[in-house]
Amino acid sequence: MADGGSPGALRKPLVSVRGLKMHFPIYAGILRRKVGAVKAVDGVSFDILEGETLGLVGESGCGKSTVGRALLRLYEPTAGQVVIGGEDIASLPPDALRRKRPMMQMVFQDPQASLNPRMTVAAIIGEPLDEHTDWDEDKKTARVYELMDQVGLNRRFANRYPHEFSGGQRQRIGIARALALNPRFIVCDEPIAALDVSIQAQVVNLLEDLQDRLGLTYLFISHDLSMVRHIADRVAVMYLGQIAELSPREALYARPLHPYARALLSAVPEADPTLEATRQRIILKGDVPSPANPPKGCNFCTRCPQVMAVCRDVEPELAEVEPGRFVACHLMAMDTAGGHASPGAEVREHNQQGEVK
Amino acid sequence: MPDGAEPVLDVRGLKTVFKTRGGEIHAVNSVSFHLRPGEMLGVVGESGSGKSVTMMSLIGLLPSPPAEVRGGEVLLGGRDLLKLAPRELQAVRGAKVGFVFQDPMTSLNPVFSVGNQIMEPLIKHMGMTKRQAEDRAAELLALVGIPDARKRLKSYPHQFSGGMRQRVMIAIALACDPDVLIADEPTTALDVTIQAQIIELVKELRQKLGMAIVWITHDLGVIAGIADRVMVMYGGQVVEQAPVRELFANPQHPYTRALLKTVPSLTGERAARLEVIQGQPPILSGAPVACPFRARCAHAHDRCEAENPQRRAIDGLPVGQGHDVACHWSPEVRHG
Repeated sequence: MADGGSPGALRKPLVSVRGLKMHFPIYAGILRRKVGAVKAVDGVSFDILEGETLGLVGESGCGKSTVGRALLRLYEPTAGQVVIGGEDIASLPPDALRRKRPMMQMVFQDPQASLNPRMTVAAIIGEPLDEHTDWDEDKKTARVYELMDQVGLNRRFANRYPHEFSGGQRQRIGIARALALNPRFIVCDEPIAALDVSIQAQVVNLLEDLQDRLGLTYLFISHDLSMVRHIADRVAVMYLGQIAELSPREALYARPLHPYARALLSAVPEADPTLEATRQRIILKGDVPSPANPPKGCNFCTRCPQVMAVCRDVEPELAEVEPGRFVACHLMAMDTAGGHASPGAEVREHNQQGEVK
Repeated sequence: MPDGAEPVLDVRGLKTVFKTRGGEIHAVNSVSFHLRPGEMLGVVGESGSGKSVTMMSLIGLLPSPPAEVRGGEVLLGGRDLLKLAPRELQAVRGAKVGFVFQDPMTSLNPVFSVGNQIMEPLIKHMGMTKRQAEDRAAELLALVGIPDARKRLKSYPHQFSGGMRQRVMIAIALACDPDVLIADEPTTALDVTIQAQIIELVKELRQKLGMAIVWITHDLGVIAGIADRVMVMYGGQVVEQAPVRELFANPQHPYTRALLKTVPSLTGERAARLEVIQGQPPILSGAPVACPFRARCAHAHDRCEAENPQRRAIDGLPVGQGHDVACHWSPEVRHG
């Protein structure tokens, strides 16, 4: 794992996403004509460096899981490039894509739903080997045992079924399956969201150990900001299909620049009563707009406590405002123009405009 | 904290058992706690720790069979709820005790308008006319921060977002001015920014209306921000109970201590590695004769296997009043 502060100037990106869009069409009427689209992901660009963990955070419906799935082409992206290990996944023909699959894998949120209840653990973990190798049974079995050891599952349980395991153990099965073909890149889609607090730490530690041992690169999708601070090197904050801010972990948590990132972090409760008593929360008004009909201009303008006239008109670009920190917000442009005031200081006057409708 | 007022709710030695084909599951074992007027009690525990079952047992919401409340007393306003006939209990539910559940989608009826659902307890418990109930319902919706309240009475649950639906649930729970509000993971299904809105709302309502609240959650962060007192549950038992600051500053039970360490901090020092509680939560079959945490406890010794520890005060106050813990081990006296 990298030392969080430096984004690893020497390391190359393993994953490079440019302008990724994933629109789901909406059909209506008797003729099922296309009447619009849910813009789940609407122009997202980022890199993930070799051996790094990029955290992808945001609230439900912001498109973070869709990004993860579109990256591995479990969805056909509407537009954009996804270069993983030198090849554009988004435009590969099916055969070439299939040959590429072993290097990129996924760990799903719900270990109950993502494991076939009629298959034994050995069959589940070994299925990628059946699909992508021509190994004989002995070799496959040996590999399955090796994987079970790696994720801390007892070999004696190889012939049991998923329902005989607890949630944390099931997630270990899902991780072993993802590791079967020696991938370089794993998308972890809310891997701990369904687990109890005391089990979450076990799974996160396992993911970190495996990263150290196998040099894996992770996209860690989560809504748990405390856990992302623990595991990620850099963090991207998504809102309504777009990245609001992408910063190194410590910089983001110490001083979030985008107003949404600021509100999001301030809303996370901290397990410290003394701190909680004095904390200033930014309470956002209203709900997230529909991704089928995002607001004009900045997509956060309907809830932003610091909204300005320009925000309702012009969409801000994700721009590098400090070394390694990317923010999509018009306030940043004002800050650089007017010297380096701390963000939020001179914009308090806009505070009352956050009301929706 | 000396007790100034009579508790509004006093639960003593509550026991609930589920009868299954595989034997009996002892889901709640001798749980005792009380609630003073206007107090906010936080209940923390993992799934299966018995926190929800405890609350459902006290107002007779568990289906029987398989559930059976085996013993204990639940005193609300001097009456033992466990001794009430179903009809009498129904009059208590909704009127004296309000309940907010985790999932606002499944706890609202999709085929009735929200106005209809808020008016139901008003007409049933308070004997209001339809007209009066409608006025009160509009007032309640406004109280929980839903704009355009009167118009929204005609809307159906699916026309509200998750956070708004939870506001509606709170409005229903508060309709008859209950003495006690039980909120079972009310923000778990919500996003953090919406969770912050709901927490803010409940704090405000509590100040305005002065009811006592039980807030069940697995999120220590939420508890830290809202509770006056905290009760930690594990394996169907109360393992520790203390005023909120005391609990976070001076946790006694090995489970509480470990739990506080497994949660990564948002602002503090970032640990290189998360602390882990090894193993799995217990399966609660058979009568509880040993400490439920022993298999995962770093301090377990012979006595923990032989004898289920009773709650004992660590600050000289009576158990339940100050800081108490159910553990044979203690951080000061290291034995075993």
